[in-house]
Amino acid sequence: MSTAAAGVVSGQTGTRWIPVIGLEVHCQLDTRTKLFCGCEYSFGAEPNTITCPVCTAQPGALPVLNSAALEYAVRAALALNADVAPVSKFDRKNYFYCDLPKGYQISQFDLPYCTGGGIQLASGKFIRLTRIHMEEDAGKAIHDRGDATLVDLNRAGVPLIESVTEADMCSADEAHEYLTALKEIFQYIGVSDCDMEKGSLRCDVNVSVHPEGEPWRTKVEVKNLNSFRNVRASIQYEIARQIEAYETGDPAQYPEQETRLFDVAAGVTRTMRSKEDAHDYRYFPDPDLPLVTVDAVLIERQRGLLPELPVARRARYESELGLSAYDAGVMTAARDVADFFETVVRVGGDPKAAANWIANDVLRALSDPDVAASSILELLVKPNDLAELIALVGDGTVSKNAGREVLDEMLRSGARAKDVVQAMGLEQVQDTSQIDEWCRAALAGREATVADVRAGNLKAIGALMGPVMQASKGSADPQLVRAALLRIIGEEG
Amino acid sequence: MDSPELEIVKRTAALARLEITDAEARTLAPQFARILAQFQVLTSVDVEGVEPMTGATRLADVTRADEPRASLPRAATLANAPDERDGFYGVPKTIGGGS
Repeated sequence: MSTAAAGVVSGQTGTRWIPVIGLEVHCQLDTRTKLFCGCEYSFGAEPNTITCPVCTAQPGALPVLNSAALEYAVRAALALNADVAPVSKFDRKNYFYCDLPKGYQISQFDLPYCTGGGIQLASGKFIRLTRIHMEEDAGKAIHDRGDATLVDLNRAGVPLIESVTEADMCSADEAHEYLTALKEIFQYIGVSDCDMEKGSLRCDVNVSVHPEGEPWRTKVEVKNLNSFRNVRASIQYEIARQIEAYETGDPAQYPEQETRLFDVAAGVTRTMRSKEDAHDYRYFPDPDLPLVTVDAVLIERQRGLLPELPVARRARYESELGLSAYDAGVMTAARDVADFFETVVRVGGDPKAAANWIANDVLRALSDPDVAASSILELLVKPNDLAELIALVGDGTVSKNAGREVLDEMLRSGARAKDVVQAMGLEQVQDTSQIDEWCRAALAGREATVADVRAGNLKAIGALMGPVMQASKGSADPQLVRAALLRIIGEEG
Repeated sequence: MDSPELEIVKRTAALARLEITDAEARTLAPQFARILAQFQVLTSVDVEGVEPMTGATRLADVTRADEPRASLPRAATLANAPDERDGFYGVPKTIGGGS
């Protein structure tokens, strides 16, 4: 099986298959409290310590909408160029499961707060959103401890927005790119940390395949994918599985409409439930919750809070600051990094140098236990410190390599670049008479190499640079050393 | 083949996770049919041009500020749990079936 352009997959039989993919993404909103009660959620808390009569469904308890959740939801909609409905309502989605104490989930059915919008991929293809709705999260059920299922209701009632795309994607790569862009946007606008490991971003995918030019076929849903890698792997697996099933030519083996789960260890999807026992959610308006209206004031206030989004920043970094597409991508992937980078540039740091230092050295430091910072904002090195270091390397005061040592020290101690350079004696020697002296010493006894250089083999100069740098204990400015060697060899010839 | 009413009773019971015997279902089926017939009367009302109702109150936008309130002590939360294990609710083993 091979993949050609535009998502076409060629099967064993030579048929050209077109995958059709849609995503449903659940994203936890970063509000302090839950959607309908004042419990202050935090991931990883002791089980059942963040619950109250509302989120454990005690009789008589009434839900009241968290205004911040609505504001965050509206902001997310605006960032995706979607239409915010002037009126929406909450409905009950009824099903029985042990992590859902009320026996229904409060969600939005036929009047979601948001429709339309979407995300443009780098190729120019636009992935349309069908809708976004607000809903409450369920609790957590743990099945692998002992003979009972254990239920923790801390998460029950945490606000979610579920965004549903049209089936506009045709490859695992497109789905991955869409999801990445969605996550970046939600993080930029500050509505969610989108941390898949903590479950604050969860994704279900719908996949079907059909021969080119033919109508769409049965779609299969794969649920609860908790990493970007699993999203990609499950889509690739489903596409291959479905094509193989159709190519048997035996209708009994064709894909059924069903829900499947991705088995991470085995790298395969498995049947979770088939259409026959599909849920009948019997949605109806929640009588406990009145209508939600969103007026122009709320919309404009949230629009005013939107920062420049990653795509726009990326384009600006390329066109105005001269960064490569790759560097612009690294600088904009997270908002705090982009803000850090922009500050370095604003206080005078050369943009390309700044991007290199941040991508290669600063971000790497975040995984260094000695540095002990979990985000770029926590680093002891602030943007103006980095700009100062960039200037010192730029004007030759320290070499790039020495600059790295300086940065390491700055990251550990928080000292300023100039002070570290002085304290560590890393200033490059730019005194030409001192450099000449080292060069003459190095040339003595290396007549063969010198003759080589004279004969026009300029690469041989490298063999002379080493001893000079060694003699200077690495402090000589390599460019000056090279110039001096050439000059002296020339003079003495 | 069950009658449509019997089908509805059995399906509704299954969705509500209620165990009912065949005899009970047969008793309930005609009662269901009568209830549904009663509601059927509503379909004779002319609703042309009437906006669908989305709730029983005329309230809108009842919200609260995003300010934490104390959660319950865990002991209180779990006081009614038939089976408490290590701070969790223990329930019969159930895998799958969530939303």
